[in-house]
Amino acid sequence: MNTLLEFIHSDLFFMIWTTLAKSAGLLGVVLVLVSYTVYAERRVSSLMQDRVGPNRTGFPISIVGSWLGQKKWKDWSPILGGLGQPIADAVKLLLKEDFTPAYVNKFYFWIAPALGISAAILALAVIPFGSSLGGVDMVIANVDIGPLFVFAISSLGVYGIVLAGWSSNSKYPFLGAIRSTSQLISYELALGLSVIPLFLIVGKLNLVEIVDYQVKNGWMLLPGITAGKLPTLQQVACWIPVFISFLVFTISMFAETNRLPFDLPEAETELVGGYHTEYSSMKFALFFLGEYTAMITGSAFIVTLFLGGWHCPFIPDGSAHWWWGLVNIGVFFAKVIAFLIFFIFIRWTLPRFRYDQLMKLGWIWFFEIALVNIFLTALIVAFVH
Amino acid sequence: MAYQVPRPKLTFAEKIYLPTVLAGLKITLGHLIRMLRGKTKVCMQYPEEKWDANLPEHYRGAPTLVSDEHGRTRCVACQLCEFICPPRAIRIKPGEIPCEDKFAKVEKYPEAFQIDMIRCIYCGLCEEVCPEQAIFLKKEYAITGTSRAQMMHDKTKLIEMGGIKPGLVNKWNEKK
Repeated sequence: MNTLLEFIHSDLFFMIWTTLAKSAGLLGVVLVLVSYTVYAERRVSSLMQDRVGPNRTGFPISIVGSWLGQKKWKDWSPILGGLGQPIADAVKLLLKEDFTPAYVNKFYFWIAPALGISAAILALAVIPFGSSLGGVDMVIANVDIGPLFVFAISSLGVYGIVLAGWSSNSKYPFLGAIRSTSQLISYELALGLSVIPLFLIVGKLNLVEIVDYQVKNGWMLLPGITAGKLPTLQQVACWIPVFISFLVFTISMFAETNRLPFDLPEAETELVGGYHTEYSSMKFALFFLGEYTAMITGSAFIVTLFLGGWHCPFIPDGSAHWWWGLVNIGVFFAKVIAFLIFFIFIRWTLPRFRYDQLMKLGWIWFFEIALVNIFLTALIVAFVH
Repeated sequence: MAYQVPRPKLTFAEKIYLPTVLAGLKITLGHLIRMLRGKTKVCMQYPEEKWDANLPEHYRGAPTLVSDEHGRTRCVACQLCEFICPPRAIRIKPGEIPCEDKFAKVEKYPEAFQIDMIRCIYCGLCEEVCPEQAIFLKKEYAITGTSRAQMMHDKTKLIEMGGIKPGLVNKWNEKK
């Protein structure tokens, strides 16, 4: 009994339950964010194309209004009308028949969707999504190899796609898988190399410390100003390589998350459904979830590296008061959402690249730009003080 | 000989994509803002907005049975509509009007009149062929039901939908 009490009061137990709570909380937030990103995608795309979009499946707000006894309750249904859509979609996907074709390789067919989503969710573990809340750091795993972990895990997501295409034993999914592989080898180098300038400047590979650096010295993309002081000469000189690395990294991130203009593995217009043609019901939904979770992970990663993470000028961190910690989490997710909307904007603006164009872009342009950028940054860091 | 498709000569700004990407974003953002400000005309939101007032006079909706000013269903159960109906949606069971009835000289009336609205193709041939001007296509187009039985319009329903249409054919009136 005593040992149990000791265990409950020990630091280990504290760490275990806070980590579990953080994981559960983050997972919940991310899943809700995913479903509403899908909704936002449909709504924003329709607004851009002069359509209305899903505006029917809603929460019965007029009923709430009459229940409150206010007859002249304003009818918000044209604006809030579609907010119930993600729930309806989820129910539909859960209740649909889960059909596995007879000719597929069952083992890989079943494991592929799980791989796709777990890679995307796992990568979130190292991203600091807030400062601290009651003395607990708002990051699930504070590891010293944060970016490497994110690259390693999120690249595993491609296995989901490749396995799905391979095990489906069907032509279109197979073409999707091949394209995904060719896409992987063309963007992955640029993705990894493009952020090295950042690590040269910060000198750390820990995402929490990278954010701390940005809190003290201003965001990477807005140096100095966001820390409330003038940027140093070195920061001004470094702004150009940082901006180049931001561009290359963001574009590579689009390729990594299979978003337009690089959605070659699932190109609906060319490959029926791409790698998930043979999937139905919840297995398809897992791919869908995985894709959007990867979007959120990617946005969170970009926000952490370039846009100051949870930091907002003139707002103190969680050590001041616990509700400032909550505000910091809100700031982080606001930035992520802004970036997600940018993702959506790009998707409905640009046409798809051919995959030889993507390979040319990756190998001939981004790889070289990223390499030159590293040397440029190294020179600036070494000589400009 | 192979035909060489002329490729447009791209400027440097077009080759590095980014300025054109920004131009594209400007276009989509413009559409979004115009939409949010309500300046874009979008499609009619059907159940809330309807176009019923603008339907043309000759609009062909659901076929109905009309009654005259005495409340008598005009149909004399001649079954012409039943015969002409291309999808065979109409079923009529003719009955005899008893001698003591006010309209005894009409002789026949439909005991049962059934239109299967699942089959009906809204062609209007029944209206055209009717010698008594008893069947009319109304402007009702939203014919729905949750079962096949609900989609069978029987006599009472048809008469109710048709309403009264006075002064068309007067040959069955008393004094004529």
